[in-house]
Amino acid sequence: MMDVGRHPNITLLTYSEVEEVTGYVGNFNIRIRKKARSVNMDLCTGCGTCEEKCPRRVIDTGFNVGLGKRKAIYRPFPQAVPAVPVIDRDACLFFTKGRCKLCEKVCPTHAIDYSQQDEIIEVQVGNIILATGYDPFDARRISAYGYGKYPNVFTSLEVERMLAGSGPTDGHVVLRDGKTEPQTVGIIHCVGSRDENYNHYCSKVCCMYSLKLAHLVHGHTGARIYEFYIDMRTAGKGYEEFYKRLQREGVAFINGRPSEILPDGDKLVIHVQDKSLGKGMHVPVDMVILSVGLEPRHDSREVAQIFNISCDADGWFKEKHPKLDPVATLTDGVFIAGCAQGPRDIPESVAQGAAAAARVLSFIRQGEVEVESATAVVDELMCVGCTQCIQACPYGAIEYLSDRRIAHVMEALCKGCGTCTGACPSKAITLRHFTDRQLIAEMVGAMNGMRQTMAAAGE
Amino acid sequence: MPEVNPEPKIIGFLCNWCSYAGADLAGSARLKYPPNIKIIRVPCSGRVSPELVIRTFQEGADGVMVLGCHIGDCHYSTGNHRTARRMPVLQALLEFTGIEPERFLAKWVSASEGGLFAETVREFTDRVKQLPPRSKL
Repeated sequence: MMDVGRHPNITLLTYSEVEEVTGYVGNFNIRIRKKARSVNMDLCTGCGTCEEKCPRRVIDTGFNVGLGKRKAIYRPFPQAVPAVPVIDRDACLFFTKGRCKLCEKVCPTHAIDYSQQDEIIEVQVGNIILATGYDPFDARRISAYGYGKYPNVFTSLEVERMLAGSGPTDGHVVLRDGKTEPQTVGIIHCVGSRDENYNHYCSKVCCMYSLKLAHLVHGHTGARIYEFYIDMRTAGKGYEEFYKRLQREGVAFINGRPSEILPDGDKLVIHVQDKSLGKGMHVPVDMVILSVGLEPRHDSREVAQIFNISCDADGWFKEKHPKLDPVATLTDGVFIAGCAQGPRDIPESVAQGAAAAARVLSFIRQGEVEVESATAVVDELMCVGCTQCIQACPYGAIEYLSDRRIAHVMEALCKGCGTCTGACPSKAITLRHFTDRQLIAEMVGAMNGMRQTMAAAGE
Repeated sequence: MPEVNPEPKIIGFLCNWCSYAGADLAGSARLKYPPNIKIIRVPCSGRVSPELVIRTFQEGADGVMVLGCHIGDCHYSTGNHRTARRMPVLQALLEFTGIEPERFLAKWVSASEGGLFAETVREFTDRVKQLPPRSKL
């Protein structure tokens, strides 16, 4: 990320949102709202003094998933690029109560600017790559697992943060009281995935990260680990080997999806039907980790609409072809990479990102793109100049030649949808390759084909 | 003369970007749907003029479907808005031309809705089967 931030040919716009995309491959115009971060990016050196001195602490629901605290002026995480902090205007004492201004006083370069407004910028680009990622499944939705109700039920992301040396617990895996290490830990797979009530698909990464968490939590605490799984999906280079290694390390694998978790004193009891033993089990543990699945971004459909691409039934961005063209979309010049297209792990996302970049480079290298060959054309002798087609055209590609009182198609703008052809009352405008003659011939051929098949079937 | 039409002939005009891809998906997902439909690919459902539908009936089709993208999803941004306004008018006028309005269907099927495509074809075929054989135009 650091390299990206420093690269002379890359402009990084963080804390910004794309509002509108117009144009076509090679000539996209993008309107971007740069949100007011209340810090002047040119002056800020990223020294972090403001963050240190800020008196207002709020729960960090972003990077630390609610476990730690951050200041009202903050960077999402220490290695964030760019290293310029942002003021959370909902939490900042100056913005909420009109006093404090401590960050302005301590800033050595006078970079704090409370009056900053959202800025709208327009950029012209040739190609677009969408890599907007995923949302983790909200474990609160499955009430039987009691996340948010029983304190010692954690999500995998929370444990991930606890395991980080610079994380909210300094690398200690502890219960919600902040000091007790768990003696027994249950890890539940497929939370929100492969479940008819929530998401029917497999989130693909949870088996492997659950194994990783089992390995690390056992290493940190020496706790006894139970993994509750439906199927172990360890497809990938070195993955099955890691699974075998964990079996040797003594992790208990229980084949079954837990039905519910109930508290019993200090313990949480996991109720499960073990499929391989064929009997019900009650497993008491100190800590439960829910391996939450991956979901499309909550706003993926709106984003898809802005970029004129489509989503599949679940809300993942739809690729041009699931096997033969997985990074392109049906809109030329718009590519997708990573989890925005569907659940996938890091190596796959890296490969797809590189593939999308290579596709864009090949477009740039060519220097020109093939335009639509199926454009509309006006038969000037037939046209009566009623301008129906001009009203129908979604692209404004038809102009009215007032001196000759006929319509005229500007071919560079025509995308070949044929809406004008469908609208023309005098059949003067036709879409190349989809003329009435061609479509009728095709239809008549299809009708005759059906008649023959039915006659043959009747004999 | 039989009261029902056992094997109706149906022509479907499918938009290239959504419904045709949806039909493709139904095929690659090995979904079953009646073989009574023959699909004609058009760039956009907006390409289908009412005259084309009438002409198809004239050629002896027992049913005609026009399938396009959902409103807001059109590859050509607003091509299907035309379809949305054109086709109900056509349907209302079909009776006047001597064709039962039930023989015509305009619907939205997206590229990801292979199942919906198969279901639509199944339902429409059943609907057309219930009608008596077409009278000549």
